[in-house]
Amino acid sequence: MLNEVTLAGFGGQGIMTTGKFLAEAALEQGHEVAWVPSYGPEMRGGTAYCTVVISDRPVGSPIVNTPNIIVAMNLPSYEKFENAVKPGGLLLINSSLMDVRSERTDITQVHIPCNQISIDLSGSGRSANISVLGALIGCTNLLPWESIERVVTEKFAKKPKVLEMNLKILRRGYDLGVEGLKGS
Amino acid sequence: MKTIFTRPDSMTEKVTHYCPGCTHGVAHRMVAEIIDEFGIKDRTLGFAPVGCSVLIYEYMDTDYQQAAHGRAPACATGAKRVRPELIVYTYQGDGDLASIGTAEIIHAANRGEKFTVVFINNAIYGMTGGQMAPTTMPGQRTTTSPMGRDVLSAGHPIRMSEMLSTLRTPAYVVRASLHTPYNIIQSKKALRQAFQYQMDNRCFSFVELLSTCPTNWGITPVGSNKWLEENMLPYYPLGVFKTPDDE
Amino acid sequence: MAKLLMKGAEAIGEAAIRAGCTAYFAYPITPQSEVAEYLSKRLAEVGGTFVQAESEVAAAQMVYGAAGAGVRVFTTSSSPGVSLMAETMSYMAGSELPAVFVNIMRAGPGLGGILPCQSDYNQATRGAGHGDYSFMIIAPSTVQELADWMIRAFPLSEKYRNPVMIVGDGLIAQMMEPVDFDAVKAEEMPDVEGWATTGAKNRPRNLINSLFLDPLKLEEFNHHLKEKYERMAREEVRYENYMMDDEPELVCVAYGTTARIVKTAIDVLRAEGLKIGLIRPITLLPFPKDILRAESEKPHVKGFAVVEMSNGQMLDDVKWATLERKPVSFFSRNGGIVPNPEETVEFLRKEYERTQK
Ligand SMILES: Cc1ncc(C[n+]2csc(CCOP(=O)(O)OP(=O)(O)O)c2C)c(N)n1
Ligand code: SF4
Repeated sequence: MLNEVTLAGFGGQGIMTTGKFLAEAALEQGHEVAWVPSYGPEMRGGTAYCTVVISDRPVGSPIVNTPNIIVAMNLPSYEKFENAVKPGGLLLINSSLMDVRSERTDITQVHIPCNQISIDLSGSGRSANISVLGALIGCTNLLPWESIERVVTEKFAKKPKVLEMNLKILRRGYDLGVEGLKGS
Repeated sequence: MKTIFTRPDSMTEKVTHYCPGCTHGVAHRMVAEIIDEFGIKDRTLGFAPVGCSVLIYEYMDTDYQQAAHGRAPACATGAKRVRPELIVYTYQGDGDLASIGTAEIIHAANRGEKFTVVFINNAIYGMTGGQMAPTTMPGQRTTTSPMGRDVLSAGHPIRMSEMLSTLRTPAYVVRASLHTPYNIIQSKKALRQAFQYQMDNRCFSFVELLSTCPTNWGITPVGSNKWLEENMLPYYPLGVFKTPDDE
Repeated sequence: MAKLLMKGAEAIGEAAIRAGCTAYFAYPITPQSEVAEYLSKRLAEVGGTFVQAESEVAAAQMVYGAAGAGVRVFTTSSSPGVSLMAETMSYMAGSELPAVFVNIMRAGPGLGGILPCQSDYNQATRGAGHGDYSFMIIAPSTVQELADWMIRAFPLSEKYRNPVMIVGDGLIAQMMEPVDFDAVKAEEMPDVEGWATTGAKNRPRNLINSLFLDPLKLEEFNHHLKEKYERMAREEVRYENYMMDDEPELVCVAYGTTARIVKTAIDVLRAEGLKIGLIRPITLLPFPKDILRAESEKPHVKGFAVVEMSNGQMLDDVKWATLERKPVSFFSRNGGIVPNPEETVEFLRKEYERTQK
């Protein structure tokens, strides 16, 4: 088993954190993992992205050109990464921030309104990085739901209100992810 | 239509990479305006520091050299000594000038090198992500002073203008600030005077500009101006510390 | 202990604390300022010493002073900062002081860029400073290995009373991987009373010094250093063999991050039946020369392939080690670009095919 997941969005959208949660959940499930950030001048304002490699063998190359799963949280990342998805792979698109459909027929695409989920359940779009995490788990077989739920619970354990809200957002994302896969 | 505001001729058309609310851009512009006003674009040589303003050479349309971290005053010495007809200035942040480059700035000032130094004091390391600078305020939290600057172990913020003005060698040393339009006008006057002294071949000139770094201070741009006024101004008084006419 | 998911830079800091190191001096520089940020908190918690120095020159000299005073101490930096430490490195080897230096390499020369590179290989292995000295140079390739070697580096530097340098690149410092800090057992610091300047109470005074006015004495001292380095070469060489058991025809040599990419490329090519293996030097100094020389004598080995993020620095050592008995080919990316597995596969495939002619 080898999954390479690239998550991309605006710097400040929390996408690096989404990747960390994913990596921690994978680690807890006993997988080998690596979380590889983009770093450098492009961090400021522009696109930020990270790649999470989840494997049942020690992770070789942390550099991944053609991940099998890509999450695009905004239009610039969609444009940057649409063609990078490995054939047969999955492209998860945040449909709240872009109205696009990939022409590629060799990949699966799932459209999830990540910001809208967060707005509906918390009044702000700030937790779009949580809804997308739920969606990602929902539309892939990366990890069981419980593992991601556990990591999110641990992360927000000190803020019960935020936790409650985020768990709802995570779950809604997950459900839409499961559905989205069916509809794709 | 009458043009009332244009880009200075001494600046390129390149859009700067600075964060919203950062005062580096204001300082760049003033230097460019002065170069235009004095008509010295074709004989000006700037020295870029290592810091957020490392790319100043992309924005200024004059000859430029990029110096190693903190070494700009030594590089500028070399150039100005062999080409005294050039108008030479360094543009340096507080990590560059007051930390790693302390020796170079003190000795350039002490030798009375006839170039101008534009010193941006924003009380933090911008480029590397908000570490403590020698100019960081007591109690100010940074990524390497997570509990706030402890003066018992990190010492007190260095007042470069005051320190340099203790040197016996004649110099022009002034501190101004960029947090209000009035202060920006005062800053420009100080910069003009500094370049004037150089063109008159009078002395070393040093302009410290109190600046903001909203990104690493974690404060909005407007809030940053207020923070500067409330925290930096009392500790870093504005004014002229030394002129070549003293003594 | 459970594995922690940690950034390489933070793992360096935590591993140093687990190793019993109590002092750290540094000046911020990308891509490893997180070590200082981490330790500014962590060392305060454990009652250790952290000073943000005014420069790398000063940071290294602080290390000199603290090492001379007999405590476990280290510093970290990245290429331009390491250049500024060159003077102290020479002095520390000359004064026989144990300490650990870490260089998280970024692309040079000059201010260069902040992205990963391996172009300080020569600076590290040839000694950045003046004089007849060397450091032991270790190049981990995962965050776990980075932590393990941080813990081993202190006792190694004490065994030889000579600094040890760990080299990585921006990728290994910035990426997060699982780390088990108990994988390697920390060792107590040996008694330092015989040489360290701890205060001459009930003992003759100690002197930390590298000045010799008598050339015969200095010559003798340099011979002593040489003996130390020869012993190091006998006892400390470390390397990893990957897919080397079935008489591979092409032997790759790569270290650190590039070795990981080469492994992935080898996996791809092995699936196609190409017999390719990898020797990954873990110690760049002492270099696994004898191992490579032995490989070069084996009839089934038709060639060597070096992959590096530089214009070919370790390449020279591989040519020297193998005496170029078999062709040594080279693939590199530079300037902060990490070779990707696809292009590495193409290179190795081509080289492999050449060996078949
Ligand atoms: C020898 C060396 N050490 C460290 C660095 C990393 N570095 C780059 S800029 C900088 C400090 C920047 O702060 P400052 O001078 O205050 O300028 P600002 O970014 O705030 O404008 C440091 C430490 C470097 N480039 N070279
Ligand atoms: S980090 Fe600070 S100094 Fe640098 S550009 Fe942004 S606001 Fe300006």
